Amino acid sequence: MNKTVTFRIWRTDSNGGGKLVDYTTEITEGLVVLDVIHKIQATQANDLACRWNCKAGKCGSCSAEVNGMPKLMCMTRMDTLNTDKPITIEPMRAFPSIRDLATDVSWNFRVKTKIKKFKPRPPDAPDGTWRMQQEDVDRVQEFRKCIECFLCQDVCHVLRDHHKHEEFIGPRFLVYTAALEMHPLDTEDRLPELKQSQGIGFCNITKCCTKVCPEHITITDNAIIPLKERVVDEYYDPLGWLWKKIRPQG
Amino acid sequence: MAYADTLPPRRKFGQTTRPDAWWVQPLFVFLGFSAFIVYSTWAAFHPLYHGACAYWYGGLHGENGGADYLSPFYSPEFWGTSPHALFGVAPSWWPAFLPAFSPAFLILWIPGGFRFTCYYYRGAYYKAFWADPINCAVGEPRKTFLGERSFPLIIQNVHRYFLYLALVFVVLLSYDAFLGMWFTDALGKKHFGIGVGTIIMVLNAVFIGLYTCGCHSLRHLVGGFLDSKTKAPSCAKTYNCVTCLNTRHMLWAWISLFWVGFTDVYIRLCATGVIHDFVFFKF
Repeated sequence: MNKTVTFRIWRTDSNGGGKLVDYTTEITEGLVVLDVIHKIQATQANDLACRWNCKAGKCGSCSAEVNGMPKLMCMTRMDTLNTDKPITIEPMRAFPSIRDLATDVSWNFRVKTKIKKFKPRPPDAPDGTWRMQQEDVDRVQEFRKCIECFLCQDVCHVLRDHHKHEEFIGPRFLVYTAALEMHPLDTEDRLPELKQSQGIGFCNITKCCTKVCPEHITITDNAIIPLKERVVDEYYDPLGWLWKKIRPQG
Repeated sequence: MAYADTLPPRRKFGQTTRPDAWWVQPLFVFLGFSAFIVYSTWAAFHPLYHGACAYWYGGLHGENGGADYLSPFYSPEFWGTSPHALFGVAPSWWPAFLPAFSPAFLILWIPGGFRFTCYYYRGAYYKAFWADPINCAVGEPRKTFLGERSFPLIIQNVHRYFLYLALVFVVLLSYDAFLGMWFTDALGKKHFGIGVGTIIMVLNAVFIGLYTCGCHSLRHLVGGFLDSKTKAPSCAKTYNCVTCLNTRHMLWAWISLFWVGFTDVYIRLCATGVIHDFVFFKF
């Protein structure tokens, strides 16, 4: 069924600022927000900048804020939105704007380079391979689903509202660190950096990152809190220190 | 140019383009927690009602075959006026300048501290009471943010120690529920039975047990700290059980919070004679 809907889209201006501009267009059944953006781009605003690639929720390119909440535009069906009122489309607010809906997310890639890499134990077999149980890698496989859309970074108030980019790596890279730190083959210790330069203590467990994750990774409960507990083990638990001293080694 | 200067400007408090009623959830959390805090504080300061012990129902009404219910706000009772008291009526060392002694003063800090430092509650009350943030993608009232990496919130790392004490409370509340199955007749003889209060107390122990055993710290301590759980199968099984409860941690947090307050209300009303406990059967 066709319906005329108003979209309120963020447009940047030459001064580096911007404003929300209304576009009215007709939508049909089965469309997603990205389809409508493309339609407006084709028919009303040829210079509208928007990053996209796979249109299947796997490349993480079309991240934006739809009606104020971080979402992938390609995975947001129009029939999930109230089309009786204008629909607001804005760029992510935790990163610098490039133009219109496109943001500069390169900060994330710089952060990633600072995290200690995977350091496996010596190979288990003479041919240089390792042996693992599936059950042991089940936990970290959840974290490998991340498509790096950075919606979790965008909604995290530590980055979005407090601009702690220099002191906090954000939920995406806590998930990345968890995937390495909990890997059964890994031998690296990332806890000192997590506590200090990567600022895990800034997370105050609002679970907004979990709420917006398009891959449904349980970011807070399965990655961040377990890492916080490991930091507690190492730095804040006197009984734990004692136990490490007296427990049988092996 | 500093990176922060390249970012979009901070939004004002409450500023958002979300069209939904984003304020409803923090408002309900605020009202729910506030109601519990106000009631539990009042209950802790009011152990007596017209000379009767309002936190315990049973002995005074024993001639009527009363049960043996002890309010969870007062358990374990170190000093007090019920037969549950371990060390007599009131501690002689209680300073005179403090309010009249209540057994709740000595123990409520433990479940209170456990809930205050709980990972679920932290996220919930940071939003509802401190607006940090008040909800996802909504502007905040303050520019400064210290998080949990410096004083005072660094103290939240003590959570696992409250967990150890809270696990003891699960055992104590289960024992109280067991005592609630024994009814005293006029001759002082004990009879096994089930009353409404018994069921309420059993459910209280169950709900608090489900909440406590789904704790994130417990999940870490029983197996989450291991990278290779197959090397410790018993840890793996326990971890899976705790994980199962942990996925519903918020649900059990709310149910157990409501039910522990309701249990106190029920026992208080029975003890003060406002309502009469209905007994299904007793032998």
